[in-house]
Amino acid sequence: MSETRALIHEAAERLFEKHCGADTLRRADAGEFPQALWRALTQAGYDAALVPESAGGAGLEMPDALSLLICAGRHSLAAPLAETMLAGWLLSTAGIAWRIEGTAARVPWARQCGTIAVLADSGGKSIVALVAAADCAIKEGHNVAGEPRDDLVFSGTKTLQAGASPVSAGALLALGAVMRSAQIAGALQRVLETSVQYARERVQFGRPIGRFQAVQQNLAVLAGQTAAATAAAEAAIEAAPRDLDSLAVAAAKIRAGEAAGIGAAIAHQVHGAIGFTQEHRLHYSTRRLWSWRDEFGNEAYWSRRLGARVAAAGAERLWQGITAAG
Amino acid sequence: MARIENLRFEPPPPYPEAEKLRGEVRAFLAEHLPRRAITKGVGSWGGHDPEFSRKMGARGWIGMTWPKRYGGHERSALERYVVLEEMLAAGAPVTGHWVADRQSGPLLLRVGTEQQKNSILPRIAAGECSFCIGMSEPDSGSDLASVRTRATAAEGGFRINGTKLWTSNAHRADYMILLCRTGEAGEQRHGGLTQFLVDLKGTQGIAIRPVYNLSGEHHFNEVVFQDVFLPGGSVLGEVGSGWQQVTSELAFERSGPERFLSSFTLLVELTRALGADPSERARIALGRIVAHIYTLRRLSRSVAGMLQAGANPAQQAALVKDLGTTLEQEIPEIARQLIDAEPDRASTRDFVTVLAHTMMNAPSFSIRGGTREILRGMIARGLGLR
Repeated sequence: MSETRALIHEAAERLFEKHCGADTLRRADAGEFPQALWRALTQAGYDAALVPESAGGAGLEMPDALSLLICAGRHSLAAPLAETMLAGWLLSTAGIAWRIEGTAARVPWARQCGTIAVLADSGGKSIVALVAAADCAIKEGHNVAGEPRDDLVFSGTKTLQAGASPVSAGALLALGAVMRSAQIAGALQRVLETSVQYARERVQFGRPIGRFQAVQQNLAVLAGQTAAATAAAEAAIEAAPRDLDSLAVAAAKIRAGEAAGIGAAIAHQVHGAIGFTQEHRLHYSTRRLWSWRDEFGNEAYWSRRLGARVAAAGAERLWQGITAAG
Repeated sequence: MARIENLRFEPPPPYPEAEKLRGEVRAFLAEHLPRRAITKGVGSWGGHDPEFSRKMGARGWIGMTWPKRYGGHERSALERYVVLEEMLAAGAPVTGHWVADRQSGPLLLRVGTEQQKNSILPRIAAGECSFCIGMSEPDSGSDLASVRTRATAAEGGFRINGTKLWTSNAHRADYMILLCRTGEAGEQRHGGLTQFLVDLKGTQGIAIRPVYNLSGEHHFNEVVFQDVFLPGGSVLGEVGSGWQQVTSELAFERSGPERFLSSFTLLVELTRALGADPSERARIALGRIVAHIYTLRRLSRSVAGMLQAGANPAQQAALVKDLGTTLEQEIPEIARQLIDAEPDRASTRDFVTVLAHTMMNAPSFSIRGGTREILRGMIARGLGLR
């Protein structure tokens, strides 16, 4: 890790630790927006991490900004940090007024946002627009982690700002997939740590359950899945600024998504009944794992795309394709 | 919440220079290993080919990281990694020098005498000297510390009595590195073990018998030592330090790209058989496998980088091998569900031949070089659970 990135991570860990504790998570779960956490995040400039300095953003290097999300995932951060970073990245290209028609499905935290970044199509060209949330019809919904995922209906909605954008819908989806992969990696790291700690403390048959080989072997698999998800996310974070169409991006969402399911299952098995309660905080991580793996394209979506590309390139180009992606 | 640092993977170090070497290796493979019909016989992919090993030695691709004075080439572990993975992905016949290059040579380099190093390392690097590993015994598999083959002091050397089993390529190898009991195990069970360098071609009293595997192939052997005399100069490293030497050797045995590329030839043939526009189900399966291989390759290169930096990533190596062999074993099971054809080693179709071969070898992937259960035990140790 570079020195800059290590410093950023350290500061972020401190901030998340302070502002996203058990109480914040419980209240967010009940539908309350974590104002104090959000204020701290915006004061630190994390929400604008992907906005260039010239446009008033933090102007972090993209890999530094994206890897922040591994820390956020570790802390089950109950706020739309990834989504606001994504909106900022999209909006750094915007200008004049348009009107928008259509529906945006499962928009993260829409009801709690003042303004919404929209990527719209205008005769085959991408238009990016900033829209006031008050000007849209909002139908509330949630993912299984209880995070708001609202449908937005635009009917001739006026834009606050708009302009042609070089960002395609595919690129937006891809960067979102990298973000979710990073969050999944972080959440798995947390799930591994809590599971190992629990296995060392919980005593049955006169000894900590972590002394039993059957439990050890399961935790070893969880460690493998965590390492794989982290490596896949880090590869995508490195590739994202160069090429959002990279094999690394698809591989990250596929691999991290698969690890999410296996990892959550083992964590629950190790924790037994207590981990299945609302009282225990394991579900803040596992419910997010179950949600995030299906957002911005699940394993089937990205595998289908990657598989089609591999097949089209042909058997003789298979290995070259893997090595060329770094 | 405490982070788990023991199992940390550093990002693989960037190494743009290696891409030039990759081009050279691919050109070499195109010249010396043109894609032959696999159905013309086993040996067309993978396998033992002394001529091919000599050609690789002549290109400087064996013993790449060793000092020049021992015939090496003083290149980085990352460059060596490029050569290894290109050879495996192409299914090149590298068995002849693989063990010597991967672990026996590096072990000699670390603990061998000047005489041993001077007489053997340059021949390995030239692709002219092959090794086998004398560790397992009839009653010592995963529990390696229980080996019973015994070396007793004799006039001018040692007498060896005992039996080694599952010794791959003993029937072709020039040397064996033999793990023997020379003293009492002690409380930790790891004392009293010593490694010997055994000249298999020039030593009397060694009986090497084939053990055919379930597909009828001859890789394994039983090697019986009956009052075999080894001169004092054949001790490798310190008397009594066998356990430490063996465990450091195993870190090298576990971390390489052979731990996730064993089934790669089948994946290539599957891709060929599926064609350019396969079904949705096949696309999903293919995309998933490629994502796994891409990720495994990153983890494996990360271990290579840590080895290069002088770290001891034994637990990370165990983790990569566990993940890698799991995927390798899945590939034939997935492939057979996508192509409607029966596995047949004598077929005239490449896919069904490679499917049969890979499927029948797959059980060994999670046994050789440390069973899945042993590796997961090591990972659990890394997690602080034992």
